[in-house]
Amino acid sequence: MSAPVADGVLVERHVLDFPGGYTRSVGPAIGRFLTSVRDDAQLLGVRLADGRVLVPPVEYDPSTSAATGDDFVPVGPGGEVTTWTWVARPRPEHPLDHPFAFALIRLDGADTSLLHAVDAGKASAMRSGMRVIARFADERRGHIADLWFEPHE
Amino acid sequence: MSDPVTTINSPIHLEYEINAGEAASRFLRGLVEGKILGQRCPECGKVYVPARGSCPVDAVPTAEEVELPNTGTVTTFCVVNIAFSDLAPEVPYVCAQVLLDGADLSLFGLVAEMPADEVRMGMRVEAVWLPPEDRTTSLTAIKWFRPSGEPDAAYATYKEYL
Repeated sequence: MSAPVADGVLVERHVLDFPGGYTRSVGPAIGRFLTSVRDDAQLLGVRLADGRVLVPPVEYDPSTSAATGDDFVPVGPGGEVTTWTWVARPRPEHPLDHPFAFALIRLDGADTSLLHAVDAGKASAMRSGMRVIARFADERRGHIADLWFEPHE
Repeated sequence: MSDPVTTINSPIHLEYEINAGEAASRFLRGLVEGKILGQRCPECGKVYVPARGSCPVDAVPTAEEVELPNTGTVTTFCVVNIAFSDLAPEVPYVCAQVLLDGADLSLFGLVAEMPADEVRMGMRVEAVWLPPEDRTTSLTAIKWFRPSGEPDAAYATYKEYL
């Protein structure tokens, strides 16, 4: 669907693509998080010195810059949607191939929110404050796309 | 228990439609004719290439068209040693910012027809074009720049354009 174009103006379709996708290392904190997703279908957060639990876990406390260490704790699988946005026409790269919500989800036991997809079926099923629960794929590879969320009252 | 997860792979794919706008469209059509078109700002007098339609400093339209010569000076450059794309030339190859004579903005291009380790700031170059029938409305109409054989330009002539 193109916008009207003035005479003489060139319009071209471009594709920005990284063939094969972009592979990057995840580091020890995200590595532990994803390993737990893959092997145990369990979400983890890291507990800071002040007791707050960050999800996803990070290597350094964003407030103090201190190394976060090894205090990983289970969080979820339930949680609460803090904010959300409806994706009416999913792109090929989106986590779901039918309309869904991207949402910030405060998992039970966590002090920060995780951005993920909620398979709510329709936008009217979404509201801030609603409860959701993580669902895990049977076959997991250690990737954030191994899970998604569904409404759960 | 397998090895811990150490990497992830994510898709990077963006499809979009780009509207070149009037000035850039004129520039691209000029390339097909073997011309490099810039525009001069009526306030500050700077010549911008490629033609962009307005001056970023004075925020006025730049209607005066200026045809730049094919010759210029290499300001900064990069010798690429890693073949990161099938579309790139054989490594090592050189890309550079070329300040065409009379321009106040440098143009990005390949520098070829010389050993990669001989490229230097101040080197004088000239554009090498694709045959007219192979040119499209794209910067690739200029195949690359090659040494022109002139003595290197003095640093003072391009130090403001780095």
